[in-house]
Amino acid sequence: MTSETGTPLLELQRINKSFGAVHVLHDVDFTVHPGQVTALVGDNGAGKSTLIKCVAGIYPADSGTIVFEGAPVTVNSPRDAAALGIEVVYQDLALSDNLDVAQNMFLGRERKRKYRLPLLQKLLPRTLDEAAMEEAARETLARLSVRTVASVRQQVASLSGGQRQTVAIAKAVLWESKVVILDEPTAALGVAQTEQVLALVRRLAEAGHGVVLISHNMNDVFEVADRITALYLGRVAADVKASDVSRSQVVELITAGRSGDLGLAPSTAAESI
Amino acid sequence: MTQTSAPPEGARRADVRQGTRLRQAVGTIGGQNLSLVIALVAVLALFGSLNSDYLGWSNIQVMAQSATVVGLLALVQTVVIVCGALDISTGSQAGLTSVVSAMAFTSAGGNAMAGIGAALAVGVACGVVNGLIIVYGRVNPVIATLATLAAFKGVAQLISDGSAQGYVLGDDIFIFIGRGKIAGVPVLMWILLAVAIAVHILLKYTDVGRNIYAIGGNDTAARLAGIDINKYLISVYALAGLVAAVAGIILTARTGSGQPTSGSEGLELKAITAAALGGCALKGGRGGVGGTLLAVALLGALDNGLTVQGVNSFWQNVAQGTLLVCAVVIQQRRSGERPVGLPT
Repeated sequence: MTSETGTPLLELQRINKSFGAVHVLHDVDFTVHPGQVTALVGDNGAGKSTLIKCVAGIYPADSGTIVFEGAPVTVNSPRDAAALGIEVVYQDLALSDNLDVAQNMFLGRERKRKYRLPLLQKLLPRTLDEAAMEEAARETLARLSVRTVASVRQQVASLSGGQRQTVAIAKAVLWESKVVILDEPTAALGVAQTEQVLALVRRLAEAGHGVVLISHNMNDVFEVADRITALYLGRVAADVKASDVSRSQVVELITAGRSGDLGLAPSTAAESI
Repeated sequence: MTQTSAPPEGARRADVRQGTRLRQAVGTIGGQNLSLVIALVAVLALFGSLNSDYLGWSNIQVMAQSATVVGLLALVQTVVIVCGALDISTGSQAGLTSVVSAMAFTSAGGNAMAGIGAALAVGVACGVVNGLIIVYGRVNPVIATLATLAAFKGVAQLISDGSAQGYVLGDDIFIFIGRGKIAGVPVLMWILLAVAIAVHILLKYTDVGRNIYAIGGNDTAARLAGIDINKYLISVYALAGLVAAVAGIILTARTGSGQPTSGSEGLELKAITAAALGGCALKGGRGGVGGTLLAVALLGALDNGLTVQGVNSFWQNVAQGTLLVCAVVIQQRRSGERPVGLPT
């Protein structure tokens, strides 16, 4: 079905996940290629967030394989995912309001100062290297051509929605991540801010990251996505090139699971309900 | 607006510049700390003018010594509150460890190190119990430590039979802790200073401290960043227990024997008062050693001043309570929260 060449960055194969009696994901296959934006679309409760959380190590899949750069991997915690180079930007942004931009970007992975003497290195607790972190944060923002965040020493509480989203994305990119997953990055943003964030998403892909964009918004999806994977009640309804489908087809895939000759077989779609 | 005569452009710009410079200065010290400094200076000036001995070195030492125990508990309370939690049981922990230090000292045949070691171990154990109840029992920190406040006090009374235990002032180490001086400054002040510096370094210059602030600010974000919140909470409570034990040992050294309740009762509220007065937001993520120490100094100076002036000691409680309410009201006004429903 895919026309892509080369190994995909991330490949999920036949992922299943249940919460108690509720079977949320049915044999879901999902592929992310480097340098592309893959949109993951679906209605509320289709299983988008669950799928992402399986990849991010928030909760493990019941069955299925995660293949990263051609090798099967296990992801049991957010740290595992981060170690592979998978970063997730959550919908609620997961920024700490009382910390500043640089502190948030390095949260949980702070850089520490090195002592010149190896003896001191062993004896003394290593303190934070604020200057290096500030520098790296500033560089990352510059690399992403972010001009909306004036200072990396600003408290996150004082930032606007778009700026916060920008910081959250920059945080993901800071870690030489290969796959960046964005959960509804434009959901709470105004028009101009949405444009800025989408431009940033595009730049991420152009820089070679594999980008996953979870969205409800067809405008956003068609503006930046190369591929579209539609979920319908926990099943993959379609995995198509964005240029091969129309908006109305994608909307049908989301709401009914099928559209013309695309999508789930009528019986499967009906049975899922 | 354009009709009214505006000041010349240059003058206005100078005003603005001066304004920002002032704001920068306030920013580095912190508005909260600045008002504490002003209040402290006011209190010192007031009582100093009423009584010339008040600002004498000997009285300042008295002030500092009586503030040490509260100061220690307030410092760890700061760490606990920055996490977004609360430890009400620190006073009972100090009482329990005071008894333990004296009893272990006596039963080890007058070995001070045994007494101190036992007290520290019991303190850490108390803290770990708090942490485990909160994290794995899923009990709200206020309720959990309210329960252990009663329980630890009960244990202290049980093992001591409700009365003072042992006599430690025959021992050089305890005498040194309680009465000794290094370079003319009481050992107690050195202990407080050392703990303050250690906590300050922990909070401001290490990743552990950064993570503690993150947990208090947004625990979901902290968890998603891979921070083991449970480990942190239990460790923070263990630290609170450890420092409460130091306070307990000091109580023993100061009074000469292990005190189950007298001397330690009510300390937890004083510690929380000092932390809140010093700018800790009870919802977590905000506060620091500087503010807490200033608040401890302010409360100590106020208490001592009222005593020196011969004011009925019951008024001290009224003054302390009033000060706390004023401080928090000012803090909330500054944050510009709308007066609707319960405050956050």
